[in-house]
Amino acid sequence: MKYLDEYRDGRIARALMAEIARRATRPWVLMEICGGQTHTLMRFGIDEMLPPGVEMVHGPGCPVCVTPLEIIDKAIDIASRPGVTLVSYGDMLRVPGSHQDLFQVKANGGDVRIVYSPTEALKFARANPGRQVVFFAVGFETTAPANAMAVWQAKREGLKNFSMLASHVLVPPAIRALLSSPRNRVQGFIGPGHVCTVMGYREYEELIREFRVPIVVGGFEPVDLLEAILMLVVQLEEGRAEVENQYVRSVTYEGNLPAQKVLAEVFEVCDRKWRGLGGIAESGLALRAEYADFDADRIFGTQGVTAEEPAECISAEVLQGWRKPTDCPAFATRCTPENPLGAPMVSSEGACAAYYQYRRHLATAPGGR
Amino acid sequence: MTRGTKQETNIEAGLVCPVPIVSRDSVLLGHGSGGRMSAELLHDIFLPAFQNSVLARLDDQAIVEVNGCRLAFTTDSFVVKPMFFPGGDIGSLAVNGTINDLAMGGAVPLFLSLAFILEEGLSMDVLRQVVESIRVAAGLAGVSIVTGDTKVVEKGSGDGIFVNTSGIGMVPGSLCLSADQARPGDRVLLSGTIGDHGITILSQREGLQFESAIQSDTAALHTLVADMLCAGDGIRCLRDPTRGGLSSSLNEIAGRSQVGIHLDETSIPIREDVQGACEMLGLDPLYVANEGKLVAIVDPHSAEPVLEAMRQNPLGRGAQIIGTVTDTHPGLVTMRTRLGTSRIVDLLSGDQLPRIC
Repeated sequence: MKYLDEYRDGRIARALMAEIARRATRPWVLMEICGGQTHTLMRFGIDEMLPPGVEMVHGPGCPVCVTPLEIIDKAIDIASRPGVTLVSYGDMLRVPGSHQDLFQVKANGGDVRIVYSPTEALKFARANPGRQVVFFAVGFETTAPANAMAVWQAKREGLKNFSMLASHVLVPPAIRALLSSPRNRVQGFIGPGHVCTVMGYREYEELIREFRVPIVVGGFEPVDLLEAILMLVVQLEEGRAEVENQYVRSVTYEGNLPAQKVLAEVFEVCDRKWRGLGGIAESGLALRAEYADFDADRIFGTQGVTAEEPAECISAEVLQGWRKPTDCPAFATRCTPENPLGAPMVSSEGACAAYYQYRRHLATAPGGR
Repeated sequence: MTRGTKQETNIEAGLVCPVPIVSRDSVLLGHGSGGRMSAELLHDIFLPAFQNSVLARLDDQAIVEVNGCRLAFTTDSFVVKPMFFPGGDIGSLAVNGTINDLAMGGAVPLFLSLAFILEEGLSMDVLRQVVESIRVAAGLAGVSIVTGDTKVVEKGSGDGIFVNTSGIGMVPGSLCLSADQARPGDRVLLSGTIGDHGITILSQREGLQFESAIQSDTAALHTLVADMLCAGDGIRCLRDPTRGGLSSSLNEIAGRSQVGIHLDETSIPIREDVQGACEMLGLDPLYVANEGKLVAIVDPHSAEPVLEAMRQNPLGRGAQIIGTVTDTHPGLVTMRTRLGTSRIVDLLSGDQLPRIC
């Protein structure tokens, strides 16, 4: 299949791997930001192919993993009310809140629906004026423009029964938080290809000036990731720290300007709590005051809902690249996808779930290096 | 399930989990997915209640002996949205699905029962269409519908039509095909492309309509099975990978036989448009449903003749040897990726859910 087979070609992958092995003269610790990239690394066993000195640690870019417990609790609270239809992407339904998940709300008679785009939620709201339709909007800069567009459209149409429970997060502040930690081990980042498709990569230049760390914006197929790893290794070996773009078939320097425009029109930057990482200043997006009538948190009075997340959970250390999922004594024993003890085991993009699903058969665990 | 709703803490390891363990005190959609949640339901609720040696085989059909005659017996219920889809409908699915459950035991299907649960208000035209489709499918397969039942539920209590079919067939000689028969060295044979049915259904769902030429592969496989059985006596197990896809069938065999199964990714046939749809939706075709494919565990000496026989039958034209049974990692299915690395092909917990981005 065009644009797929060539990026999964074993010969190209092995050639890139040989070049990585040739160029890497010292150990390097690299982090892929996106959960989608983690998933590819595990699904295709790329960690198995890398030379021993090049270590991949897994970043916080899994939307399900970093969405705080209290937002899930708010969604569950809203979805349980009569007359409400809560609409969401599929993988949010399985994420446990403090007491139950959205699948259970659905089983108990709540109207919870899976959609593939927020415009479907809009369509449902137009067709069902008697129901309050709430779209549960989570994710990074990638999903934010389509969600912004839905709210913008709803306002333009004067829809009275559509609102959004929004908990968007931004990548650059999370990278800054990781790099600012005294425990940071990461020496180079594979940047988030789809986030940068929307946002471009201008904003990553600032991080490089501040921390002198190379960032290569990467794609999601095996050959993309291997090429990005090679570009990082070459920069590190040459003592350079620049933003480079491996994912040229999708990402431009400026990004998608119309998408950025609607994003800025509907959302504003706010402080945001991340599961596992805690509060990070100016790391999220919230609806602007002009769109307050579409803010489900305000409409349903759930602003007060809070949930405590213990700070000592290992998922925080996994999401920051300090430890590997296999370093956790509960991994694949007490903590499995059926019985997750932490959010990274819930989503298929979470590092723990990806290790569990694809790699737990290896005698030497990938994290054992 | 007796899981608590409290947060579990692991004091010895110094870990506190941020996500509470959730009790499963009600039936969830995932319990019907054919994945791990379905298996849980079976082992926690049904098997303890009905223990007997016939049921304990846990194959797609029961094999019972009556006066020296070996009968295969099975039942299946069909709920599908939309009712009509490219390549078939709920009627043909209900006939072919039950025939296939019999055929996977090597049985010659003979008789079917047909039971409807209809929702008040259902159009008679729709019912007629479904019945006509059942008539045609049964005729093509050479089975008779010999008994039936109809119930009507109030509007809102059903979803148009629910169909149940049960089937009886005869098992020739001493043939014994079962998921616990796989042995290291056996080959894994697949009759054709995977994911066609599941992606067809998804492509018809509200909000997802995408243009494609993909059709459901729904078909009765008993003639293919008969051809395979003629070609070699080394067939140990047959499965039709429906709900939960190829992965669920192979995981079941690996678990029941306590063997490993090692697949070769490049040899698994997948249509390009099915692969494309899966990429777009973030799904893995190994977990997507089929309704007209079978996977066979065959001893190494019979593998080639059986493969040849499959390819001679129109329903097995795309057949391939896709892997080997091993003595490493008992109970696990692994796969050599096209990069030459290896990965697990796991049993999914519940339904496969499209990812956020």
